[in-house]
Order: sequence, then structure tokens, then C-alpha cells
Amino acid sequence: MATAELAPPTSVERRPKEGRDGWPLADRIAYWACWATGVGLALLTLAIVVFMLIKGLSYLHPSLLFESPSAEVKQSSTGGFLDPIEGTLIVTGIGIAIAGPLGIAIAVWLVEYKRPAWLARAVELAVEIVGGAPSIVLAIFGLGIFAQGFLGFLSQRASNGSVYGRSFFAAGIVMAVLALPLIVGATRESLQALPARLREGSYALGKTRATTIWHVVLPSIRPGMSTGVVLGIGRIIGDTAIIKILLGGLTNEPVGGVPVLGLLRGTGSTLTTYIYEFSPAGEGNSPQKAYFAAFVLLLMVLALNGIVTWITLRQQPGGELPRKRWTDVWRLQWIR
Amino acid sequence: VDRDSLTYEDPTARPARGGRRAALRDRRVEILLGAAAALVLVLIVAMLVTVLIRGWPSFSHNGLAWFAPGGDVDEQIKAMQTLQPLPGHSIYYFRAWPLLWGTILTTGFAVLFAVIISVLAAVFLTEFAPARVKRVVDPSVRLLAGVPSVIYGLIGILAIAPFVNKNLISQGRKNSVSHVVQLNGANLATGTLILTVMILPILVAITADALESVPRSWQEGSLALGVNRWRTIWRVSLRTARPAIVAATILATARALGEAVMLAMVTGGRAFAANPLDGLTFFFEPVRPLAATILQNAEGLSNQVVMHTMYAIGAVLLVSAGMLSLIGWTVRRRLGQYGIRT
Repeated sequence: MATAELAPPTSVERRPKEGRDGWPLADRIAYWACWATGVGLALLTLAIVVFMLIKGLSYLHPSLLFESPSAEVKQSSTGGFLDPIEGTLIVTGIGIAIAGPLGIAIAVWLVEYKRPAWLARAVELAVEIVGGAPSIVLAIFGLGIFAQGFLGFLSQRASNGSVYGRSFFAAGIVMAVLALPLIVGATRESLQALPARLREGSYALGKTRATTIWHVVLPSIRPGMSTGVVLGIGRIIGDTAIIKILLGGLTNEPVGGVPVLGLLRGTGSTLTTYIYEFSPAGEGNSPQKAYFAAFVLLLMVLALNGIVTWITLRQQPGGELPRKRWTDVWRLQWIR
Repeated sequence: VDRDSLTYEDPTARPARGGRRAALRDRRVEILLGAAAALVLVLIVAMLVTVLIRGWPSFSHNGLAWFAPGGDVDEQIKAMQTLQPLPGHSIYYFRAWPLLWGTILTTGFAVLFAVIISVLAAVFLTEFAPARVKRVVDPSVRLLAGVPSVIYGLIGILAIAPFVNKNLISQGRKNSVSHVVQLNGANLATGTLILTVMILPILVAITADALESVPRSWQEGSLALGVNRWRTIWRVSLRTARPAIVAATILATARALGEAVMLAMVTGGRAFAANPLDGLTFFFEPVRPLAATILQNAEGLSNQVVMHTMYAIGAVLLVSAGMLSLIGWTVRRRLGQYGIRT
């Protein structure tokens, strides 16, 4: 009873109830239009996910996950999508291995050094432009680069000496360009949110800037860096245009006899091109398999979404950073 | 605390503990990181140069008429592939207008619808939604952005296009234009619809963010004068957030412009310049935007002439997307000065 008396009167805490009865009709229509779009969007997402789940589960065949695809007319003999799954993993691996360190380095330079100022501004703008460049343009740019003679070791040469320019290496490297702006964006964001006293403490102990970055700054922005990397992975596994142009195969076809290197120099496919090719828009028309592959891809995307949310919402160690809210999570995610 | 206004002595200005060697290493790290950053500049320049050089033959053979209407693009590309020039024209003959028109239509309509919907949704999220509803709607919108475009395309071509074909396009409508073009479910309307959904999340995210950073007291001032909630949002919040909405629109336009895969799948795959004079039928006519054209000719890239033409299309896309990014960046920098985070 005593505690109840101490509590402030509830009428103060609650906002006065807003009557919409006095509103003009147009305003009331607008109010309900807001509700309709908000709820409508949630229903739309739900519809998409449920639709894909039903379609995916109805064509579920675990064996498809372990068979290689083949180009046959009959749908039953076109195989599964083991190769595309491998391809997705390889391309993502190469892309992140390059874009991760590079993106973090760029972000650190942009926040911690940014000297000379004109270069910092130019780089900032350049990252923005790369982020806005259509992936189809990145794809043909990559083809233009990797078909150069001196880069022949990254793909394969035809008998007349011309370089094919399409390989896992080529696709992975261009994917790194695609993921780079996201990683730079997320890392930069968390660097800027870092309290200045962290760095000042280290400087006060006489540490150099490089030491401070390595031992103080980077360890405290680990969640930000991981967010960027996971966002980058999401962008890479979802991209079709780059794979279609720079990998353009169905099964993974290694070049030469060297085991790993040969595979990476060869052509192949990923889940996205598999879906594209097996949809009515592509060559082999078998929608069921496309649906199931899309289902697998959507599960990956959902998982990545979950990971990003978990990383960002997790309580920060030592409480150095303010706890993030939902809205912070999605600003990071979709604006960069 | 505004961190930029805080000043402290530059630690690299004097030798730190560990003497000159540590200072030297510090300098080396700075140069290394700076080089990584400069790499992005090199990348941009390389991209522009590669695409422009490779696309140049197509531009130089056609001149400014490259952008003009003139004949069937599909026939022109076919002529390049078979190396048999159309009668009376060079092998490079190319008139991109139907593709440009397709890009303008899909992007324009999608951005128009998406801006309206996203403003309503953002207002809902920041002003009207009860916390519990917001917890559901918020992640849903986020998820929409994460769905790969090929899945949107798949749903479009396997579910929406057949539906449109069966229920929305009457036989009479099909017959009315059958002498020019075949109508089916994959068309301008279907493509625009899905494209709208695809660019919505980024618009909602930026707009909601800007609405949230409008000072509470401005709204309260208006409410205290007896203006109702909606009018306050309309006159105060949305007006304050207008530059952010503009920035978001620009970004979304760039994204819609570059969308290739989904549009290649659901807009009919035929380079037809949809004719607004056909009335409602116009919306059911196939189109094919620039980006989708490159994707659909991916196999033909080994052919020199086709390759030059595709790079020319790529150059147009890259330059326009770059311009949009530049404008968006400038607007957002301006916003940053007012403390609105975008």
C-alpha cells in the first residue's frame, strides 16, 4: 500500500485522450490511410514470407540440396542445387574476405584521420557513388577488367589467347565492391558514436593514434563491424546480375587440374542465378525447383536479418555504447 | 556533446612515448589507411573510364540520335548479333528511346507511388502506431528490403503475372493492340507494382528517421494552439522533414533505375515503347528498361558490337545513378548540419 501511494498519479503520465471526432473529414481519412498503409505493409511482408514458405515446403526435397544441377529437358532429371549453394558460399567468402578489412580500414581513416580534408570528402562521396551504382554496371565493369590479358590467371584463356573474364575470382572481387559501402557505412556509424573519452584516455597515457585505434577503438566497435559484414553478406547472396554476367554457368566447372585454384578460376552458379535460370524467365523452365531454391535463399536472408538484429540489440560489453533501438538497426541497414 | 567542437592536442604532433619509432609507425599506418581509402577513388575513375571507353563506339556511330526513337530495338540488337546490318544502316545502328522510355515509366511510376505510401507509413510508424503494433510493422518493413530481387521477380512471374493476365486483361483489350504487340501478364503495371514494393523500405526508413528527429517542442507548440494532430504533422513535422524526403526520393530513384533482374523477369522482356495514347491498355503493354536489357543480353557480350552497345547503356546508367548519388549526398550533408540524421 505504501508503495502505491508513492507512485505519481497516473492521470499525469497518460496523455490526454485525443478525440478525432472534432477533426475535419479529410484529416480523419488521412489518419486512417496511415493506419491502412502501416498495417498493409506488415500484411504484405507476411504474405510474401508465407507464400514462399508454402511454395518452398510443398516442393521440399532434401535430396535436392545434395545433387548437382544438369541441363535436361525433363524436370525430374535436372538435378538439385548443390553447386549453386557451394557457389553462393564461395562468392560470399571471397567478397567478404576483401570487402571486410578494406571497408573497415576506409571507415577508420574517414573518422580517425580524415587528412587531407579534400581527400576525405572525395572518398566519402566516392563511397556514396559506389553504393548507388547499379549492380549490373558493376558487373559489366568487372567483365571489362577481368577480360584484360594480364588478368588471365584469374579466369581462363581460350585457345586463341583471349581471356574469358568470368570466374569465381572475378565475381567474388566485384561482389566485394558491392558490399564495401555497407561495411564502410556501418563501421563509420559506430566509430562516430564512440565516446571521445575512450580515445582521450588512451592519448593521455601517451599512446599513439595507431595503437589507440588497434587496442581501444577497434575492440569497442566490434558489434558495428559485425553488423556491416553481415549486411554485406546479405547484399552479396541476394545479387543476381553480377553472377549472371561474371559467373554465368549452371554447374561449377573447374579449370585445369589444381584442386581449389581450378575451381575458383572456373565458372559456376549461385542460388540467385539458379532461381533466375529455372524460372520461366530463364532457360530451364522448372518453377518448382526455383521455388524451393528461393525458399532456401529466403531462409538465409531471414537468418542474416536475425543475426544483425541480435548483434545490434545485444547489450554492449562494459556499457560503453548507448543501447541501440530498433530504428537504429534499420537505419544502419538500408540507407547506406 | 558535439564531438567536433571538442579539441585536444593532436597526439601525433609530438613524439609519443616510445619515441620517434612509434611516431614513424603511426605515420605509416595513416598512409596505409589513406591508401585504402584512395582506392575507392581509383575504383570510381576506373569504372567511368572503362564503361565510357567501351561504350564510345556505339555513341560515336549514332551521335545524339542514340537517345532518339527509331525502329525496334530488339531487331537492332538481333542485327548486331547476326552481324547482318539492317538495310541502309551501319551495324552499330541503335536507337535507345524505347529502353529509356521503359526506364522512365517504371522508375517514375514506382517512385511516385512509393513516396506517397512511404510518407503515410512513416507517419504511422512515428506518430500513430501503438508500441505493440510498431514492434511488428517495423521489422516487417526491414524484411521487405532484405528480400533479394530475384525472389521478387519469381513471385512476379509465377504468381502476379498470371493473375494479371487472367483477370485484368480482357480479350478485347488484347485484340485492340494485337497488330502491334502481344499482351500478357508481364507488363508495365506488374513491373511497377513490384518495383514500388522494392524501393519502399529505404523511403520509409529515411522519412521515419527524419520525422523522429523533428523537435518535439515544435509539434507541441502547434498542438497548444489547438491545431489537431494530423494538421500538426502535415504542417510542422512533414514540412521540416521535407529535405529528408527529397534525399530519400533521390536515393530510391537511383535504386529503381538500376534494378535489372526483377524487371527483366516481369515487364515482358520486349523492348516496346508503351503508348500512353492507348488509354488504360498502356499500363498492360510490355516495356524493357535499360538495366534489364543489359542482363538479357549477357550471353551476347562476346560479340564486339553488342558489347559496345551494352557498355553504352551501362554508361548512361552509371552517369545518371552517379548524378543522383551526388545530389543525394549534397542534400544529406546539408541536413547533417541541422542535426537531422539521414
